[in-house]
Amino acid sequence: MRWWQIKKRDADLERELRSDLELEEEEQRDGGLPAEEARYAALRAFGNPTLIREQTRAVWSWNILENLLRDLRIGIRTLFRSPGFSIVAVLVMALCIGATTSLFTVVRSVLLRPLPFRDPGRLVMLYEHFRDARSNQEGFNYNAVAPADYYDWRVRTHGFEDMAAWRYWQFNLTGERGELPELVSARGGSWNLFPLLGVQAAIGRTFTESEDRLDGTAAMLTWSIFERRFGGDRTIVGRQIHLDGKPYTVVGVLPRWFTYPDAKVEVWVPYLSGLPPDIVSHHDYHFSRVVARLRPDVSLASAQSQVEAVQYQLHLENMHAPVAEDVAPRTINDDLARNVKKPLLILMCAVACMLLIGCLNVANLLVARAAARQREIAIRGALGAKRLTLIRAQLMESLLICLAGGVGGVLVSLAATKWLARAWKDLPSAQGIHVDGTVLAFSCVLVFVAALLAGLLPAISSTGRGAIAVLQASSRSGAGNRARTAMRKTLLTVEIAATVVLLIAAGLLLKSFWRLRTTDVGCATDKVLTMGYSLPTTKYDSPAKVNAFNETLLERVRSMPAVRAAGLGSILPGAGAGGDEVFTIPEHPPIAPGAAQPDALYRRADPGYFSALQIPLLSGRFFTSGDRAGRPITIMISRQLAQQYFPGEDPLGKHLHVVPHGNADYEIVGVVADTLYQVGKPGEATMYFPVLNGEGDVGLTLAVRTASDPLALSVPVQKEIAELDPELPVSNVLTMQQIIAQSLGNAGLSASLVLAFAVLSLVLASVGLYGVLSYLMMQRTAEIGVRMALGAQRGQVLRLILGDGLRPALYGLLLGLAAGAGAVRLIQSMLYETRPLDPAIFAAVAATLLTVAALACLLPAWRASRIDPMQALRTE
Amino acid sequence: MSSMAKQAQQRTGLLQGTLDMLILRTLLYGPAHGHQIGKHIQRTTNEFLQMQHGSLYPALHRLEERGWVSAKWETAPDRNREFKYYRLTEKGKKQLMVEESQWKQMAEAVARVMWPAAEEN
Repeated sequence: MRWWQIKKRDADLERELRSDLELEEEEQRDGGLPAEEARYAALRAFGNPTLIREQTRAVWSWNILENLLRDLRIGIRTLFRSPGFSIVAVLVMALCIGATTSLFTVVRSVLLRPLPFRDPGRLVMLYEHFRDARSNQEGFNYNAVAPADYYDWRVRTHGFEDMAAWRYWQFNLTGERGELPELVSARGGSWNLFPLLGVQAAIGRTFTESEDRLDGTAAMLTWSIFERRFGGDRTIVGRQIHLDGKPYTVVGVLPRWFTYPDAKVEVWVPYLSGLPPDIVSHHDYHFSRVVARLRPDVSLASAQSQVEAVQYQLHLENMHAPVAEDVAPRTINDDLARNVKKPLLILMCAVACMLLIGCLNVANLLVARAAARQREIAIRGALGAKRLTLIRAQLMESLLICLAGGVGGVLVSLAATKWLARAWKDLPSAQGIHVDGTVLAFSCVLVFVAALLAGLLPAISSTGRGAIAVLQASSRSGAGNRARTAMRKTLLTVEIAATVVLLIAAGLLLKSFWRLRTTDVGCATDKVLTMGYSLPTTKYDSPAKVNAFNETLLERVRSMPAVRAAGLGSILPGAGAGGDEVFTIPEHPPIAPGAAQPDALYRRADPGYFSALQIPLLSGRFFTSGDRAGRPITIMISRQLAQQYFPGEDPLGKHLHVVPHGNADYEIVGVVADTLYQVGKPGEATMYFPVLNGEGDVGLTLAVRTASDPLALSVPVQKEIAELDPELPVSNVLTMQQIIAQSLGNAGLSASLVLAFAVLSLVLASVGLYGVLSYLMMQRTAEIGVRMALGAQRGQVLRLILGDGLRPALYGLLLGLAAGAGAVRLIQSMLYETRPLDPAIFAAVAATLLTVAALACLLPAWRASRIDPMQALRTE
Repeated sequence: MSSMAKQAQQRTGLLQGTLDMLILRTLLYGPAHGHQIGKHIQRTTNEFLQMQHGSLYPALHRLEERGWVSAKWETAPDRNREFKYYRLTEKGKKQLMVEESQWKQMAEAVARVMWPAAEEN
């Protein structure tokens, strides 16, 4: 029997019963009874036809479905009868489910979904791992790999099927037919990288082993630049493009989905291509990432220990160079998500908290409605509805609310996920961030869990009591509602506690973000325009040419009317760490082999750099135009370097011996104040080399301090550069403040998202509080009337109701503060100069919550105090 | 509760489980509609089993659902009207035999306990 046959079968049953009943009636008439009496006799003999029909229908097997349909019908009808309640409840659920689904989409895409590579479970990233305390102070244990280490690992160990390496790179891409030059983000990948990942070119092929050499000139394009710059023209394969002025032959185009390691990469060249010949044999130039594929029959631990044995030997062989002792593996997913994992999980917790609050709120609304409908429920119970049936009917309502909310929520999350993926910087995109079957299944589960959570408590509590008790209870007693009121207050307490936890987390993250924002990086940040360029060695092949360009540019820019000062450096404060170098101090006794060597970040600066950025000189002198190629070599250091490596002595006149930069002793001529390389990170010792030493092929950043809006000067300054060299692309035209904002990363985003969730939760909780109290007041109208008739003052009534409402708020607050104190441990590592148990934040949260709670309670309490006792008693 | 009501309940109690068998057995004589089946059982048991329509129709529909009887609207020979006639299916006949033998075993077992002397004779 199918459900669509219900009607037909029902009609059939009715006809059967009618015909049999008529027959009975005829027989009674045949027995000699008058027509009227015969009918009654027949009915008597037959019994109640409606009941018989009901009982017969009960044996039909689609019974369960029919009940469900009936519940559904009743549920929809009930919801439409109070549209205000329904809309609020559905909106609350849509918001909560939508936010949870969005976050889960990102979590699933970034943390859970395997990368679209061949057998991704066996791919690991291998890093070098230093043992000394300074390397481990921030939990930073993953150091980029030196090329010589990579080659030794690959040749001398057998636990991995293969190992591939890639490195960061960028090129000036100049046009073949007069297109504008541009700076493209590139990677150098070893020839075996793509076969190892199991990635084939969409057009053409990947690199061959013979192309992966120092003078290799093969290049691959990613899909984004292939479409954007080359208009999707397939004949680009086999043709030449010019990178840094050198011709490269395009051998292939990578598929559209391939965005590893990030979506900004536009060009791939072979790993060795363009590297200086000596660098490959070094064990202390850490710039490569190593991807390894584990052999199926080898465990990660044993493969790792093989590599570690090799690495430790390399360490022993190179005691005077920074060569790591150990090796640290990391899954490729974790490697991509390293910066976002923690904030993602915290946001996920916050959103789950909000969902819980949303469910409790709907539960609260349902309890209130169940209270209003207790007579209806009691009557249905008295008429024979089983308790299970009543619970089912009520659950159907919460299920309907959650289903509608779930559908709305998934729609909301489609938009929200897109926004989140865009707003969230460095969210790895290699897996693609989109809703898939798992996410939809997750939302479905969410809907049902939410429906159960929101519906079960009110349903059980409202059907538990005897029907008679309810029917007998007059509205005067009020006592019968005590259990339900207690239930509502408990729900409210939990809701408020969860809100408090969210508020504390939001408060701490905001304070930490504020601390980050207001950090002094140690230089001028207001009205400073910056832009980068890199002079290709093909064209600028002598120090004289490089210096000529740089000095002419500076001269021209400095003479522009709105410019206060201009300087040229490599990496500006706040723009990242760049690289570091180890050094020795010839005036000091040699350090013991194996001990941590002094090292410092290296920067370049022109004579005007420090004054342009207002970095104060502490002792000695700035660079002068005399500090250039061919003259005695000089260096400047930061105060931290002086304090760390020249404690109690004057560093001026002493030397730093730095191997990679000409293997020479650099004389320290000046000490400048410290700057931060990144907001939120501790300062590092820094050394400055003169820009005018004429080295080409290095990224330089022009910093221009202006009198007015710095961005207004961006085009004029770029024009000056274009006049000097029309083929030179300019990159990263940013103000200093934008650089610092970038360096803040997503601290602001996560803080404001958590705050948004917390505020929403606060609104939900206060609406809940208001609802409970209004309902309570209505229940007690008569009682208040009696009290006032007996002489209670309005102030006393106000206090009575206010106390009633504030008590759950207070319990919730205490519970929340305690839970919050535990939960802050989760976000501790995300906080910058903010104590997790910051008393100011805790106090502010408590004050906010109590104020909002008091406001929510005030209106019902005030209304209670306005009750006219005569009116209240008469409406009994 | 009056003694009459108690008696009625005892009877229905007796009917439970055996009603299906009685209906199937009745239909062995040929197709019949609900009213006839009820009347037949009532008459044959000398009015001992008062047919409860609230049990009869659910039972008929249950049997139909299980495929032991089939139903068809047919005109009654003596009245010029259609009734829903039930007839025994092949499956129903087999089921009747199964239930009959089970009932027999049950009755014999009960008899052995109740009247042990008769057994010895």
